[in-house]
Amino acid sequence: MTLELSRRRFVAGAGTLAVAFHLAPLDAVAATVAADGLRIDESADDGSLAWLLLEEDRVTIHSGKVELGTGVQTALTQIVLDELHLRHGRVGYVQGDTRVTPDQGTTAGSKTIQNGGPELRQAAATAFQALLGLAAAYFQVDRSQLQADDGVISVVGTSLRVGYARLLDHAELVLVADPAAPVATPGEYQVVGRSVPRADLPGKVTAEFGYLQDVRVPGMVHGRVIRPSGRNATFASITPESMARARAIPGFLSVVQRGNFVGVVATSEWAAIQAAAPATGIEVVWTDGQPLVAQASLPEALRDPAQHYRTTQEVSVGDVDAALVTADTTVQAGYFTPFQMHAAMGPTCAVADVRRTPDRKTGVQATVWACSQAVFALRETLANLLGLPEPAVHVIYEESAGCYGHNGADDVAADAALLSQTVGKPVRLQWSRQHEHGWEPLGAAMAHDLRGGITDGAVVAWEHVVCTPTHGSRPNGSPGTVLAGLLTGSLPANLPTAAGNSGGRNAPVNYVFPNDRLIAHLVRSFETAGPTSNVPAAPLRYRFPRTTALRSLGGFSNTFANESFLDELAAAGGADPLELRIASHEDPRAIAVLEALGDAWANRPAGGDGTGAGVAFARYETEYSYVATYVEVTVDQSTGAIRVGRVLVAHDSGLVINPDGIRHQIEGCVIQGISRTLKEEVHYDDRGVTSVVWQSSPFNPGPQYEVLRFSDVPAIEVTLIDRPDQPAWGAGEPAIEPIPAAIGNAVFAATGVRIRTLPMTPARVLSALQEVQPRR
Amino acid sequence: MPTSLTRTVNLNGERRRVTVPDDAEQLLYVLRNQLGQRGPKFGCGVSQCGACTVLLDGQIRRSCVTPLRTVPEGASVETLDGLGSGKRPHPLQQAFIDEQAGQCAYCVNGMIMGAVGWLRQLKASGRTTAPSESEIAAFLSGEAPGSTQNYICRCGTHLRVIRAIHRAAEELLS
Repeated sequence: MTLELSRRRFVAGAGTLAVAFHLAPLDAVAATVAADGLRIDESADDGSLAWLLLEEDRVTIHSGKVELGTGVQTALTQIVLDELHLRHGRVGYVQGDTRVTPDQGTTAGSKTIQNGGPELRQAAATAFQALLGLAAAYFQVDRSQLQADDGVISVVGTSLRVGYARLLDHAELVLVADPAAPVATPGEYQVVGRSVPRADLPGKVTAEFGYLQDVRVPGMVHGRVIRPSGRNATFASITPESMARARAIPGFLSVVQRGNFVGVVATSEWAAIQAAAPATGIEVVWTDGQPLVAQASLPEALRDPAQHYRTTQEVSVGDVDAALVTADTTVQAGYFTPFQMHAAMGPTCAVADVRRTPDRKTGVQATVWACSQAVFALRETLANLLGLPEPAVHVIYEESAGCYGHNGADDVAADAALLSQTVGKPVRLQWSRQHEHGWEPLGAAMAHDLRGGITDGAVVAWEHVVCTPTHGSRPNGSPGTVLAGLLTGSLPANLPTAAGNSGGRNAPVNYVFPNDRLIAHLVRSFETAGPTSNVPAAPLRYRFPRTTALRSLGGFSNTFANESFLDELAAAGGADPLELRIASHEDPRAIAVLEALGDAWANRPAGGDGTGAGVAFARYETEYSYVATYVEVTVDQSTGAIRVGRVLVAHDSGLVINPDGIRHQIEGCVIQGISRTLKEEVHYDDRGVTSVVWQSSPFNPGPQYEVLRFSDVPAIEVTLIDRPDQPAWGAGEPAIEPIPAAIGNAVFAATGVRIRTLPMTPARVLSALQEVQPRR
Repeated sequence: MPTSLTRTVNLNGERRRVTVPDDAEQLLYVLRNQLGQRGPKFGCGVSQCGACTVLLDGQIRRSCVTPLRTVPEGASVETLDGLGSGKRPHPLQQAFIDEQAGQCAYCVNGMIMGAVGWLRQLKASGRTTAPSESEIAAFLSGEAPGSTQNYICRCGTHLRVIRAIHRAAEELLS
């Protein structure tokens, strides 16, 4: 079925073939279109349909999914080329623009290839069928006599040929993706499955590519925010002498203060920086608010029932209590991971142009360039923050530094918009490093208590109790879901009602255990309306630092706990860690990634002498990509320093679109995972984050946010298990999940010491070593 | 009160004159906001990440901690923007493409410009063989002789960056 629709405004002139598609099931799209009388809203603001455009000389995807530096643009292009029977050519990628691309939700959760890929494939297949139809009419032959190769359709057995451009010259088609359009079979893939180089890289390494940080608009001025003295602090005053000092700065324009939101605007970036610094510009007096729960007490505090607003039982199989009583051997252990941060290389940035009146033609009053993962949700949130109707806000995605989840990208857009609205000029604002580290929403600290039983080499009982703050604080339309909204008196979003696939991601295991229980204690991030309420009581009454989605969410910490504890059970029950994992699975694809480590495991270092090997497994979200990881470490027993020497990853994410692209994502997961395992920990005091730069220095004494260095990076070997007949699943996060447990298991093999707390710093490891073998 | 300053620099082989109202303004902001450069990037402002790296009179410099008043009159400034182009990339840029050494690539300005400066120093000292991958890793970690500055990559492209620099070094030092 192919529906023909009226043309959209942006499909201008003849020579165009446009196919609409959507991430929702295609039936629903067809129904929507049909019910709408075969008409599509030209504003695209109701945002349901993505577009694949074929013009005479180019192909363009209009996508709500955005390129975050992970290479999805290149991979999506490969899918389109194959279905269009094109071997070459760049496919344009118009992304994340609330006026010309559809609302496809958040670009996150390793779902762009997984969900967007098949829909785009179907759209391209629909376009190809239309091209065949045009060629059949052109040659007056049946389409069964046609064949296509690299943009040329020919009549089999003749010299008759026609290029797509010529066919499109006569066309003016708007179609809806046809779910029945035949797609290429795996054997026909020419471009899919090949390591096509990244389309964006040449521009990035030659500085021809412009990042969000490079966006400049006419009349633009520069902003800088001045943050409160602490997470819950409130504005008291600006000292008059500092006000006079700031006014004397050449280029200074104004101070903006709305509630607890304070910023400055100047004609140059340097002047804005000077005006915002207490030594050279504005000095703000703040009143401290409620202190945060002490960092040193986190492992206990997260487990304290007084910090829980809800407890949910999320897995319940068999009778765990009875099985623990009858098991041959039982083990229990607690695990802890700290707050960690996204820590983008480039502090987050935005340019906002908020006018006094809407544009007469478009109705747009606020244009915001931002690196949000969800431009539509940001648009709604900004509209509410600025007091504008939603269609009056236009958000345009521009690529920034890699984000690894929900960082300050949305917050800075709101900061810039508030400043622009107040001064009536376009404002560019890039956070300082100290603001990025100090105020980005963090990945949550988590605590885990596990109990298990093993009999005759098989796990007979398993219980995981997880304590977690929220991992989901993305903008949802409410102004309090951006920092500027919180500071101007709006409430944060309600806390979640279950750990689910957020804080609870990968807390359930994929192993088949006869008795298995998962209990989640949901931690009260801020004061709520009552002991069991998930509703915020006030904007600035945080108990813990503000937290949200960081690469794999709870999956990193939950997998650390599960996969370390499984090793503890194996050790207690005398089972081989790799064999126990294989024996505990029924899923052949899970077994296959584990077996791919077999050779390395069989030839692993003997252990016990400071060098050892460990394995760990994860299936992303318990239902997508499979990862098994082997790690070798050497532990310096005099300093406690862990060196990761070798990492092997066996990875099955179904159909491989771009092997090198997936390898690159896996390498990134491994390296970031080692960094988070060995080094990364947010430090904070009563008021807020104190690890505000990368390294300790005289200006920032005390522990800072250290990340892995080049000289600490091990050799990484990746085995991709390609399954061309299976759906392509995401690969941006799965491989980070097994890393901390694989390292911890290797440290145990190397030293006999089990490290149950991240990061595994030399001091922590040394103290654990000394506990086991006290120095004389 | 800030002191204004006018400087002429030789930016990628071209004479450019700039005036700033405050001579403490860091070179990074002058390059990005007055001289239209996109290569050097703001990463930390405290000389800890390398994203702002340029070559100042041939020396590797973190432009985020280089006040314009410390830049000599007539000084040569080299940036990623002037190193090569998409049509004619510098061997290091080509090597980064060949090795696919970038995800978000916000940091690669630092690694490329740092490596340009470092490999020139090695060549000037008479070295004719490419540094090993572990020497390159040490350089990028601020652990090589004469180099104390760490370069940060957050996406985890480290191994490819090291390979890219090694590949280019084989061409540039032979």
